[in-house]
Amino acid sequence: MEFSLRNRTAIVGIGESDIGKVPHLSGLGLTAQAAKRALDDAGLAVSDIDGLLTAYSLTEPFFMLGTVLCEYLGLKPRFCSSLVAGGATPAILLGHAAAAIAAGQASCVLVCTGENRATGMSRDTAVSSLAAAVGHPYFEYPYGNSIPGCYAMIARRYMHEYGITREQLAHVPVVTRQHAAMHPNSHMKAPITIEDVIASKPIASPLNLLDCCLISDAAGAFIVTSADRARHIADRPVYLLGVGECHTHEYIVCAETLVHFGVMESGQGAYRMAGLGPDDMDLAQLYDCFSIVPILELEELGFCAPGEGGSFYAAGHAAIGARLPVNTHGGMLSHAHAGATGGMLGIIEAVAQLIGECGERQVRDAHTALVHNEGGVLSSNCTVILADQPR
Amino acid sequence: MNLPVPALNADSKPFWEAARASRLLIKQCDACMRPFFPPRHLCPFCWSDKTLWIESRGTGTIYSYTVIHRAPAPEFSGRGPYVVALVDLAEGPRVMANIVGAGALEAAVGDRVKLCFEERGEGWKVPQFERSAS
Ligand SMILES: [Zn+2]
Repeated sequence: MEFSLRNRTAIVGIGESDIGKVPHLSGLGLTAQAAKRALDDAGLAVSDIDGLLTAYSLTEPFFMLGTVLCEYLGLKPRFCSSLVAGGATPAILLGHAAAAIAAGQASCVLVCTGENRATGMSRDTAVSSLAAAVGHPYFEYPYGNSIPGCYAMIARRYMHEYGITREQLAHVPVVTRQHAAMHPNSHMKAPITIEDVIASKPIASPLNLLDCCLISDAAGAFIVTSADRARHIADRPVYLLGVGECHTHEYIVCAETLVHFGVMESGQGAYRMAGLGPDDMDLAQLYDCFSIVPILELEELGFCAPGEGGSFYAAGHAAIGARLPVNTHGGMLSHAHAGATGGMLGIIEAVAQLIGECGERQVRDAHTALVHNEGGVLSSNCTVILADQPR
Repeated sequence: MNLPVPALNADSKPFWEAARASRLLIKQCDACMRPFFPPRHLCPFCWSDKTLWIESRGTGTIYSYTVIHRAPAPEFSGRGPYVVALVDLAEGPRVMANIVGAGALEAAVGDRVKLCFEERGEGWKVPQFERSAS
């Protein structure tokens, strides 16, 4: 029988740092704050942690970030690494934590990410250092493309092939902001309208400022352990049922098309491991660095037909209480975005929903959740499926 | 601030040196004969390390594009709104370039474009595209 990570591990604690502009904390400090909150949430001791996984930092000059965090946190784990797959990193780390636990390399893994992107660097530096990190340094840089420019080209091609409209794109930030307003820790909560999005400052046509994710100070952490141990630690462990990945290209010039990415294959891998399909999901936390992205992810993950993601949002199906609540914490468009922490906060929100800790934004009867993370220009993809019971 | 000049490594040097002489070079596999971009040490389709440089005829169509209003780096800030496009060359491979010249800001998906070169100082030129008249 095929080796599977289904039902073998569970998340037993989650923690989110203070979010927004947090100038009194460094990126490491934010990460430590989130880690401490996750540990307290799990009711574990520092000595219980024997593995640490993290991502990368563009705001602070740390090369071996995993090792740096062990030092900062006073940990001496037997399992540690840092992984760089852009926004896809946190979901991939969850899979790696589960695999390490299943293989006996660790028993209790702290997965944490964090950066002070809002106050740790100027906005201009943040934009240019990201463009350098994502655009091809030898073949794309001379043309002045930006990250929003990459996603704008996806949106433009998508409009051309499927007839999706500017208004449909605008529905994504509007409903996401409504969700953010119900989360006490969200970076941006003021209501916005379709007209606000369409009238906001043009960044890279057809995308405007309100189609683009935030730049925040933020960190997140969660703790993974074996399913057997989880039952003794947490009242309501959240089980990992499935994980899938697909990595297809790095630079946009090498994407085979701009209307199909590795999201589909990543999702299919997760569904296959979980033995579930899109109709079984009670909510989804999708990657929403730009308004076009959750639209195409809805389609590739099988929640609607190709070309129908825009009308799915426009019909209100992505709202809390509707067919498939998406980004119930406000996503990267309104809750927070700081490097790998954007996707991390989607995982944390999925766990919070499954254990019923979400107050006025709680999705009723939330038993199964899908989280999709992507990095680069939909280059690296990872999908995870979580549930409040083994399946 | 001046627009940036190309950066060189062993993969990109022949490409940019040809551009100095107003030639757009792409690589083609000498085993499976498929052309590809960006240039690299081996063919990404069949892994043959027998590859050739061929000269593109310099015609293509716009696969997608965007008008950049907020430049990603100070070097581009003085350019005003400008078009970044993905251009499918007649030979097959897709390249990135700016659409320049008359009517550039009215570029559309599917527009036919032709190659031109933009000087960047110290003799460096970068391949660019203009919308074809017809
Ligand atoms: Zn070949």
